[in-house]
Amino acid sequence: MTEQEQNASAANPPEHIIDISGLVKSFGDNVVLDGIDMSVSRGEVVVLIGPSGCGKSTLLRCLNGLEPIQGGSISLHGEPVVYGSKSLYKIRQKIGMVFQSYDLFPHLTVLKNIMLSPIKVQKRSKEDTEKEAMELLERVGLADKAKSYPSELSGGQKQRVAICRSLIMNPEIMLLDEITAALDPEMVHEVLNVVLDLAKNGTTMMIVTHEMAFAEAVADRIIFLDGGSIIEQGVPSEFFKRPQTERAERFLKTFTYSK
Amino acid sequence: MGNNFLRLLSGLWVTVRISLISIAFSLVLGTLLGAVMTSKNKVVKVICRVYLEIVRIMPQLVWLFIVFFGVTRLTGANFGGETSAVIVFTIWGAAEMGDLVRGAFQAIPKHQFESSLSLGLTKPQMYLNIIFPQALRNLLPNVINLATRMIKTTALVSIIGITEVLKVGKQIIDANRFEFPNAAIWVYAAIFFMYFLICFPLSMISRAIVKKQQRSE
Repeated sequence: MTEQEQNASAANPPEHIIDISGLVKSFGDNVVLDGIDMSVSRGEVVVLIGPSGCGKSTLLRCLNGLEPIQGGSISLHGEPVVYGSKSLYKIRQKIGMVFQSYDLFPHLTVLKNIMLSPIKVQKRSKEDTEKEAMELLERVGLADKAKSYPSELSGGQKQRVAICRSLIMNPEIMLLDEITAALDPEMVHEVLNVVLDLAKNGTTMMIVTHEMAFAEAVADRIIFLDGGSIIEQGVPSEFFKRPQTERAERFLKTFTYSK
Repeated sequence: MGNNFLRLLSGLWVTVRISLISIAFSLVLGTLLGAVMTSKNKVVKVICRVYLEIVRIMPQLVWLFIVFFGVTRLTGANFGGETSAVIVFTIWGAAEMGDLVRGAFQAIPKHQFESSLSLGLTKPQMYLNIIFPQALRNLLPNVINLATRMIKTTALVSIIGITEVLKVGKQIIDANRFEFPNAAIWVYAAIFFMYFLICFPLSMISRAIVKKQQRSE
């Protein structure tokens, strides 16, 4: 956040995009999220980190209504997100989600992948949509791939297209679920640069990642999850240098090596 | 000679007629069966599985006997040869088709469903735009393959007294055995060629589809 933005947010309290209170999620007897309370403000980039199986991805999936929850509530702009409800279709249009697996539609070209949802769901005109899709592709450096099929792209290119496909819906918030976890190291960079660019432009995001250097660079706030609870949260400079809890410290140590 | 050729063609028409009707029924019933087979209900699953396995394990010839002779014996219902043949090939074709449809849907990764939904598509929109087109592309080459198998297997129906192309061929050979002892090779060659003319275009279509898919997969 720049100083100016901080002043602005001090004047009027930041508007919450997402509010989560007392969220409980379990698979059978296995409690994955155990009473999560948090909110995300407009323009904020929240990065969720924590050991595997700590529930970070599940949290994102709950936010998008892909998983039923067993307790608590989630709301987007005050509208409740309820698994299986009719209103979910409307809410999902305001939430962009990119997954770890390459989830482009293989039978459609890059351009058609991006244009499908605005045309079918938002009933926007074809010309208008195509123009915006091309602008987005331009922005992520893939305008020349518009007519290609997903199978003709590298993993990093696919993820950049997936980001465009979500962005074109003008979502209130983007949820990025380990979007570089399946990529070769040299491709991680090109995808994360796109995300950094989004952050600079004020896109509200919740990001799950294992790339600590990226987390530190992109986040306004780090949330450390373990065992289904928020153990610690704070601004990245503080969190990475001086974690307050022993568990966070132990987790961060697993990323450094010394002989 | 000209007469014999016409007779072969009329036999071929019987083959094609039985095949086409059976294939048409199999496509419709098999698609419905496939939809049922994707059900998560365990009982439904087991029943479908048992049906499929029984149909697969028993040779089509046995099915022809059961339907043509057995059913008449048991119930008194008297099916003609062609009707029996259509029933048997539909029972078989629908089972295989059902399994193909099930496979085609289950081959679609879960995240295709999830990413469709998270883009705000409704379920009907998702099936129409994302799931069906992909399932169909998985399915088409296999369905064509099944159709050619069914066409070839109809050669069995001469056993229940249907005079299809192979039977006509045998009759021609037998009728001319003394005059033209080597007729068999030519008659069978002609029949081979007829089957080829029907099945080869189907194989070509199937290959063209697979090739087209490779680009976008």
